Amino acid sequence: MSLEQFSKRDVNSGYIFYEAEVKPQSSWGFFKRGVSRSLKGELFVGLWITLREMLKRGNTHTLSYPQEKLAIGPRYRAMHKLLRLQESGSERCIGCGLCEKICISKCIRMDTRVDENSRKEVTKYTINFGRCIFCGYCAEVCPELAIVHSGEYENVSEQRAHFGLKEDMLTPLDEFKAKKQQEFPGFGALSDNADSLVKKTPLAY
Amino acid sequence: MIIETAIKAIVVVSVVAGLAGFATFVERKVLAFMQRRLGPMNVGPHGILQLAADGIKLFTKEDIVPQNAIKPIFKIAPVIAPVAAFTAMAAIPFFPEFTVFGHTITPIVADINVALLFILGVASTSMYAPLLAGMSSSNKWALIGAARTVMAMLSFEVVAGFALLAPIMMVGSLSLIDINSFQSGGVSSWLIWSQPLAFLLFVIAGFAETNRTPFDLLEHEAEVISGYGTDYSGMRWGLFFIGEYANMITVAFLVSLIFLGGYNSFWIIPGGIMILIKVAAFIFLFLWVRAAWPHVRPDQMMWLCWKILMPLAVINMLVTGVVLLWGR
Repeated sequence: MSLEQFSKRDVNSGYIFYEAEVKPQSSWGFFKRGVSRSLKGELFVGLWITLREMLKRGNTHTLSYPQEKLAIGPRYRAMHKLLRLQESGSERCIGCGLCEKICISKCIRMDTRVDENSRKEVTKYTINFGRCIFCGYCAEVCPELAIVHSGEYENVSEQRAHFGLKEDMLTPLDEFKAKKQQEFPGFGALSDNADSLVKKTPLAY
Repeated sequence: MIIETAIKAIVVVSVVAGLAGFATFVERKVLAFMQRRLGPMNVGPHGILQLAADGIKLFTKEDIVPQNAIKPIFKIAPVIAPVAAFTAMAAIPFFPEFTVFGHTITPIVADINVALLFILGVASTSMYAPLLAGMSSSNKWALIGAARTVMAMLSFEVVAGFALLAPIMMVGSLSLIDINSFQSGGVSSWLIWSQPLAFLLFVIAGFAETNRTPFDLLEHEAEVISGYGTDYSGMRWGLFFIGEYANMITVAFLVSLIFLGGYNSFWIIPGGIMILIKVAAFIFLFLWVRAAWPHVRPDQMMWLCWKILMPLAVINMLVTGVVLLWGR
């Protein structure tokens, strides 16, 4: 295949060509262009737009971050949480190990044992957040909605191991009793204000 | 007499240096609002003490002199900028005369009869600050930035001089007090109505000489890092900054005095307030233009200066001369 076929592009139909300004050929043309550019009011359009934006009240896009925080949508995949059962408060995780299996960066590690009531108990559950890519497969595969993504994105710490231990992720009992455990709305759930964010498809152009 | 002049000089330097610092805060706020931001918010109410924080930062920062720089020139260059800017202010009458405790005070440091010439001359020496800074700091970007700055300032010096000649011909004096009293007959006697072209040309030249945005070739961060100031840090850099803002204030006062009726009182507003309003409006224009307009390229700037503005200034001067001779 020669280069011609690459450079020859079929642009016959459907393309709208932008009529660029023709470069003037004579010095009189250059003069006319200079005058028209100098006397056009386009510069004042720019001045008006900036002034209008300045005079509007409450027009800022700035979020003064530590005081104000963005609402995180339910689809956002931040730090993992281990949830408790709503009725009994015991751990939802049944130790099936599916999350450990599906994890593509192999960062989940769990140990289980069979306890004296011959129920399976999770003794250790850690996520190495240095390796986790927050793909969300573990939350998607979990049959019990035990491991979910929370909206907690402020994960600065002194140690790599922080946030990743079971006691960091599991809802504490006192928090659970105060009914502060937030139910996971389901993988890919819409945010509460999703309706108001819907816009018409811009077909005008 | 000497004591009075000295006091005036100290007041002018301290007030204008403070105002120059405050102008940086105002600039950050105005630009922020125009770009839908908040600007400095955390230091003091609405960030008003940011000024103090910046001052402390600049004073306590390490003063770095590059290894291969020509040290004495590198160290002296930043001083030239504010010195030239403040010296130019010596011939500017800031306010009308007023009386304190039966003592009449003329708020001008030195009432010389060639004030305008003095200001133009002294202001053009401020060109040495970027030139020497760029040449002595042994940095290619600084050198390019300095060359561009000097190029821009030199070219627009010509436009500013030619543009000012027309009003000077009408008034017949170089003293700013004479120019101000020439316009004492109300708004209709302002020189902007009889010299609109000269006003426009002088404002454009003022933007270029203070290196404000449409013509800010000295910094042009996108192309030459930080221009001539690339190697400067701490208070040495701050001196350039004070010089730039003091120059802005000088140009704002000059435009108000020469074209916009100066400190003549208007309706019930006394002259002192009147000139402050004009100067503040003009400084706001500096900030506003910075938020709204893009820079020009150096070649576009030269094109504008030598092919458009300078011929216009010469034509304006000639027409003014012919009309004045005709009217005799």
